[in-house]
This record gives sequence, C-alpha cells and structure tokens, in this order.
Amino acid sequence: MNLLDIPPAAIVGQLLVGLINGSFYALLSLGLAIIFGLLHIVNFAHGAQYMLGAFIAWAMLEYLGLGYWWALLIVPLVTAAVGMLIERSMLRRLHGLDPVYALLLTFGLALLLEGAFRLKFGATGQPYASPLSGGIKLPFAYLPAYRLWVIAASLVVCLATWWFVERTRFGATLRAAHENPQLVRSFGIRVPLLLTLTYGLGVGLAGLGGVMAAPIYQVNPLMGSNLIVVVFAVVVIGGMGSIIGAIVAGFGLGVVEGMTRLLAPDYAGIVVFIVMLAVLAFKPAGLFGRGDV
Amino acid sequence: MAGLAPGLARLPLWVWGVGVAITLVAPFVAYPVFLMKLLCWALLAASLNLLVGYVGLLSFGHAMFFGSAAYVTAYAVKAWALDPALGLLLGSAAAAFLGLVGGLLAIRRMGTAFSMITLAIAQLVYFVSLRAPFTGGEDGIQDVPRGHLLGFLFGGVPLADNLVLYYVVLVVVAAGFWVIYRTVHSPFGHVLAAIRDSEARAISLGYRVKRYKLVAYVLSAALAGLAGALKALVFQIATLTDVSWTTSGEALLMVIVGGMQTLAGPLVGALVVVTMQNYFASFAELVLMLQGAVFIAVVLLFRRGVVGEWLAWRQRKAARAAEATA
Repeated sequence: MNLLDIPPAAIVGQLLVGLINGSFYALLSLGLAIIFGLLHIVNFAHGAQYMLGAFIAWAMLEYLGLGYWWALLIVPLVTAAVGMLIERSMLRRLHGLDPVYALLLTFGLALLLEGAFRLKFGATGQPYASPLSGGIKLPFAYLPAYRLWVIAASLVVCLATWWFVERTRFGATLRAAHENPQLVRSFGIRVPLLLTLTYGLGVGLAGLGGVMAAPIYQVNPLMGSNLIVVVFAVVVIGGMGSIIGAIVAGFGLGVVEGMTRLLAPDYAGIVVFIVMLAVLAFKPAGLFGRGDV
Repeated sequence: MAGLAPGLARLPLWVWGVGVAITLVAPFVAYPVFLMKLLCWALLAASLNLLVGYVGLLSFGHAMFFGSAAYVTAYAVKAWALDPALGLLLGSAAAAFLGLVGGLLAIRRMGTAFSMITLAIAQLVYFVSLRAPFTGGEDGIQDVPRGHLLGFLFGGVPLADNLVLYYVVLVVVAAGFWVIYRTVHSPFGHVLAAIRDSEARAISLGYRVKRYKLVAYVLSAALAGLAGALKALVFQIATLTDVSWTTSGEALLMVIVGGMQTLAGPLVGALVVVTMQNYFASFAELVLMLQGAVFIAVVLLFRRGVVGEWLAWRQRKAARAAEATA
C-alpha cells in the first residue's frame, strides 16, 4: 500500500493511538529502567503493579466516590508504598544473591496478584469513565481531550523523572549508592533506605500508568501481563537501565506500532519484537545502552 | 552455589533398583496419561535446568521450543502421515534450529537481559503460531494420530495403546535425561560450570564463552523440543498454550521447586507442579495464585529446592558421621 493513498485522518488517528500506547510503554519501561539500573532487579511484577494501580483507581471511584484526579494523586503513593513493603519484606533478603532469584520472586508476585484479581473479577474488564470529555476538532481528525492529556502528562512525568535521577543531587546520591554502596554509606547515607525508595519510585510509576490507562483501556486483571512483555522488549531496545533510552524507545515504538497497523496490520502485534531483534543484531547493548550489560 | 551435582555413581544401587521398578510398575498403579504428561514436563524442566542450573542462563522462553516442536510434530504426523519417530526427530530439529537463531541474538547479552530477550523472542513465536497458516490458530492442531512407531519394521509399534506409548515415552525421556547427565559430567559441562561461576575468568582462560553458551542453548532447545514433540503425540494436540509464556513459567517453577543443578530435581518439580495442576484443574486462577505463592516461598525459604535440600542434608549427615569416626 502506498503511504499517499491513506487518508490523513487515518494517519493522524494511528499516530495518536501510537503515541497513547507509547506513553504507557515509556512510563512502564521508565520504571523498569530505574529499578534495573539502580537495584539490578528485573521487576517481573511491573505489569501486575500497573494493573494494581488501575484497580485501586477503580475501587476508589466505586467504593469511596473519589474520582480520577484524586486517584492520580493517591494511587501512585499507595502503589509505591506496596512496592516499598515488597522490597523491605522480600527483595531485601535476596540482596547479594544471584539476580535470578529476585527475578523469580517478582514473577511469583505477578502470578499471585494476577491470579487473585482474576479470581475476584474474572477476565472481563471494569469500565472507568473518562474524566475529560470533549476534544479538539481539526479539519481532518478529532483529537479526544483525555488522550491528549495522557500524552502530555506522560511526557512531563518521564522528563521530570529523568531530570530527577540524572540531574539532581538526590539522583546523584541514588546512582552513587548503586555504584559504590560502601563508600556512600561511609558518608552517613542510609543506602538500604535509598534502595527501598528507588523500588517504591519504580512501582509508583507503574501505578500512575495504571490510573492513566483506566479510562482508555478497561480495568482488567490481564491488562498488565499483556503489556509487560512488549515493555520488556522496549527496555531492551532502549538499553537496559538507560532512562532516556526507555523514554525515547517507549514513544518511538508506540508510533512505529501505530504506523505498522496502518501499512501492514498483520505485523502490528510483532513489530516491536522484530525491531528488538534488529537492534540486538546491530547494537547488542540497545540504542542508548553502554558497555555489554 | 555448590559445584556440580554429585555423580549418579554415588547413589546406592538399591536406589536405582527401586527407581527403575517404580517407573516400570507405575502405569499399572496410576493413570498412564498422567504419567506421560509428567515425563514430558520433566524433560522440558530438565532441558531448562541444563541452562539455568549448569550454565547460569535464565531462559524465560522455553515454551517456544516446546510449542513449536509440538506444532511441527503434530503437522508432520497428521498432514504428511510421517512415522512418529520421524515426527519426533523433525520436531526436535525444528526446535534446535529455532534455538540456534534465537541463541545467536540472545547470547549476545548477559545476565538478566538474556531473560527478557528470550521472553520477547518467545512472544514473537507465539504471535507467529497464532497467525501462521499451518498451526490452526486458536484451535491448534487437533486429532493428531499416534500411528505406529517405526512402521517399516514389521508394522511397527502401535502407539494408540496408552500403556505401549507410556513405555516409549519413558525410554525417550530417559534417553533425554541421559544426554543431559553426560553433558553435565563431560569436559564440556565443566567448562559450562566454569562460565557460570565466573564468566570473566573463563574468558581469560581462553574459552570462547559465547560459543559454549550457544551450543548449550541449542542442545537445551532440542531437548525441550523433544518434550513438546512427545506431548503432541501423547495428547494428540498442539495448541497455543504450548507456546505461551505461562508454559515457560511453569517449566521454571518445576526447576526451582525440584532444585537447580540437580539431575532429579526437574522430575520432582514436575511431579509437584503437574499434580497441583491436575488437582485444581477447574480453578485456573487458583493454580496461578498457588504457583505464584510457591515461587515466592521457594525463593525466600528453600532456594536449593526439594532435591537440593535433600542432598545438602545428606552431605551434612555424611560430614557429621566422618567427624564422629575421626
């Protein structure tokens, strides 16, 4: 099919869908990159924690009558707290062991969470009303306001997180604590606490992603496991542990996926994995990765 | 972690005798299909253990070998009416080829990235299985004929009988375990263990680490494929479940429940997990939760797994006995 034959409305539509998906890829791979980069843990429970965020938002609305904007504020804090609890009670004990064990533990957590929510809610989704109605009418396309908000918010959160970790004094301490914990401890900094906070930050980002996803996708127990494998591929493409890589790859692959859906719909589901293989073949450390992690 | 698993030679002869007797009598006591399922899963887990336990490569996508071999065998036996023995070989070879291609890309990255890459490649294989023209989409390939094994020899062995098929599966799986045992205890296996324990040192000693890893990966893929091919004959079906990541996860669960770096671990792990599956067959969500809980419990409480803890207990006992006589 020729690109010129496609109506501009379809292009803009798919671009928007791509950017929306990309927003979630970026938010989730950002959290994964932070957890991996600073704790060296592959957080398999990331998808489940994202799902948890969406369900907490749904429950707040259903049982407490607290709407989307409250959820946006409270859910990241709650999921971050859950994350810190997990780090303190379980991941902490695996510190210093083969990283395989932390990976297996978080995989177990993911199964447990997903199983529990499926038991309670089945495989069907719970609807969550969009907090922003209306949108912008362009001559050839209609842009719903909520979707624009998600793209903008995700971009801001991603860049703010990047700035926080890479450019602030606290972020520098965080990275130093990973690089050389002994030395940082000797400055009187409580390194274990930093690790707990870092895991909390990553999980909080997953929870935030869940809240933002709730009005777009249905709140579904399977929403996390469907997404997490793609996000893993995104992280590999961006470069493990590279924050800027996660953001760029997240949005970029969302758009690539959207365009593929337009030109070759059969390949839309696998294009991210194909890109991953190509990147691995030519740049094994990922687009923004350094060395041979 | 401890070094290589203690050699089989150290096991007393009566343990061997009892083991062989149990496998021979088992189909008269338990349902043969259950036992065959157990054996197929044990071989899959053992092939994964070869990588995780002995090379230190956590492959998270072993379902792609298991599943694709199941598809190839099912298709070859059903559409081309091939001999089941050829079907098994073809399935296993297809998995080995997939292992070679995937391995060439995944081996380039170490440690945890390897897990994520293998998972992503497996997902790619899953999507291909969903869409490819010969896999039957959501239905899978059903009604796979079991046929006659080695049909050119006096009509061959009829596999339609569960009891006959059980002994065939037993022999094939035992051969698979034997290959793994020989690999682990060969000079090649010792190099693999050296790579696992210190990759940098192995490189500095002049070993081509990536090549060793790749060979191990392909071997493991072929064995996982053999397990999947057998499974296609036993259940006469190849479906998307066989290539899904839940299958990879279950294989991993078996490995760590039984104990990494032990030969019998995958068998014990398969027994535990398959029993759990069958017992709660009608509650998929409960199985998921239970599996999650078992993962967490094993990782936090007994990382050596059932067989690993038993071996450690035996070693401690032997050490105490040696102390007492000294």
